[in-house]
Amino acid sequence: MIREITIGQYYQTDSILHRLDPRVKLIGTILYIVSIFLYRKPLPFALAALFLVLCIMLSKVPFRYMIRGLKTILFLMLFTAAFNLFLTPGEIVWSIGKLGISKEGILATVYMILRMILLIIGSSLMTLTTTPNQLTDAMEKLLWPLTKIHLPVHEVAMMMSIALRFIPILLEETDKIMKAQMARGADFESGNLLKRMKAMVPLLVPLFIAAFRRANDLAMAMEARCYQGGEGRTKMKPLRYKGRDTGAFVVLICYLAAMIVLGKGLIPIL
Amino acid sequence: MFDIRNMVHEYFRRDEEGNVTGITTAVDHVNLQVAPGDFIAILGHNGSGKSTLAKHLNAILYPSEGSVWVDGMDTRDEEKLMAIRQTTGMVFQNPDNQIIAQLVEEDVGFGPENLGVPTDEIWQRVEESLKAVGMYEYRKKSPNRLSGGQKQRVSIAGVLAMHPKCIVLDEPTAMLDPSGRREVIRAARALNDVERITVILITHYMEEVVWADHIYVMDHGKVAMEGTPKEIFSRVEELLALRLSVPQVTLLAHELKKRGLPLPAGILTRDELVKELVKLKSRR
Repeated sequence: MIREITIGQYYQTDSILHRLDPRVKLIGTILYIVSIFLYRKPLPFALAALFLVLCIMLSKVPFRYMIRGLKTILFLMLFTAAFNLFLTPGEIVWSIGKLGISKEGILATVYMILRMILLIIGSSLMTLTTTPNQLTDAMEKLLWPLTKIHLPVHEVAMMMSIALRFIPILLEETDKIMKAQMARGADFESGNLLKRMKAMVPLLVPLFIAAFRRANDLAMAMEARCYQGGEGRTKMKPLRYKGRDTGAFVVLICYLAAMIVLGKGLIPIL
Repeated sequence: MFDIRNMVHEYFRRDEEGNVTGITTAVDHVNLQVAPGDFIAILGHNGSGKSTLAKHLNAILYPSEGSVWVDGMDTRDEEKLMAIRQTTGMVFQNPDNQIIAQLVEEDVGFGPENLGVPTDEIWQRVEESLKAVGMYEYRKKSPNRLSGGQKQRVSIAGVLAMHPKCIVLDEPTAMLDPSGRREVIRAARALNDVERITVILITHYMEEVVWADHIYVMDHGKVAMEGTPKEIFSRVEELLALRLSVPQVTLLAHELKKRGLPLPAGILTRDELVKELVKLKSRR
């Protein structure tokens, strides 16, 4: 069962959003997040929401998957909302004791919540339509200029993708060690938090030793297969921009332009 | 293909400050020649130095004394390192610790990627290699979902895609069940028969080596016995003294011979034993 776990939250289906180059999606998500923090006016927000809804429809990912991400930050949202609501100075409209809610506070809260919702759903949409591997590839390619200042971009990307491969293997190993120790009377479930944490120590030691041994073996196997870093390496699945990626960039630029037009109030009638 | 001359390998044991506290000689003055296209088996119990020897063939380790020549290249010549590693492919014991990618096809492509092979040719090589080991249908699968034998076949394909002249299999079946073992050995034999790739199989399972062209038995870092399977397995007592097991059929024939049946030495397969017994019966 542990073998079945998926890393990240990739939702497998075939849509135009899934087929887009991961670099486009990564850049697009970053630009989108920037765009929702540009203005505090109703019209740009309406446009941002509309854009997101259209993207979700294109992605063919069921809407409930988007909501999932929101649940995890519900507490943070309530917290931020409370702070914004009570601590924004301005024209008090309602108060209990020393705490007062201002008109500006209500407005700030509404915008803050809207921003957080759009931000979370927007980034979920990217992780739902892109495999972790594609994301690693995209990051490697986009950060490539940093190799000029001697940052190990390829190495970091390689480490990330190896880590992704070994997560299920190490989980299985943890399970095995746990069962072996439980069979000899170890108790991982009862007692208070401190006691349970102490019970984990004899689990972590063999796990770490095994992980180091694996790392050593893997390094040897990689060297035996002529691995010598990113230099002179070719790609089996190189990232190449296609027609649809150019199209996506055009859509993104149109969206950003529309945001700026609406945000600056350049069209007087609106 | 390989020419190992008077090779010695020593491991240094060190204390916390890095001072040498002891020297273990893992491989002790070994001479070994392998011709292209051979199927060589190296036998030995744990700690006999056979894995250390294997790592010299791919320049993962360097000899402390003597020399190792791979296809005319000295393993100590750093400029030839990549050429040597491409000539000799290595398959290791634990399948989980040598598969790098998250998809079967991507893992097979890892070697060619490192060699700087153009993208189109990588795909072609991946397809050929996966077909050669019978894993082509699994190319889009995650390695985590394969059986041990299948994972080892993927590892062999990964090496094949680099177009080596020789494959060294370092106890490839030690962690597998009997059916997985058969799968891997069958794949290795097919490569030797069909593609004429030199295969060096390191193992302690006797059943796997009866097809080899030549067998070396190692003990305490030295070559204790060498010869064809027939020659080696006719020396049952010596093998047992080296703490090695003998195929059941060979052992049975040996015991029968000891009890007075005039059987020839070095019987390796059940068919052979049956044939000899039938011959004996008809003579009486």
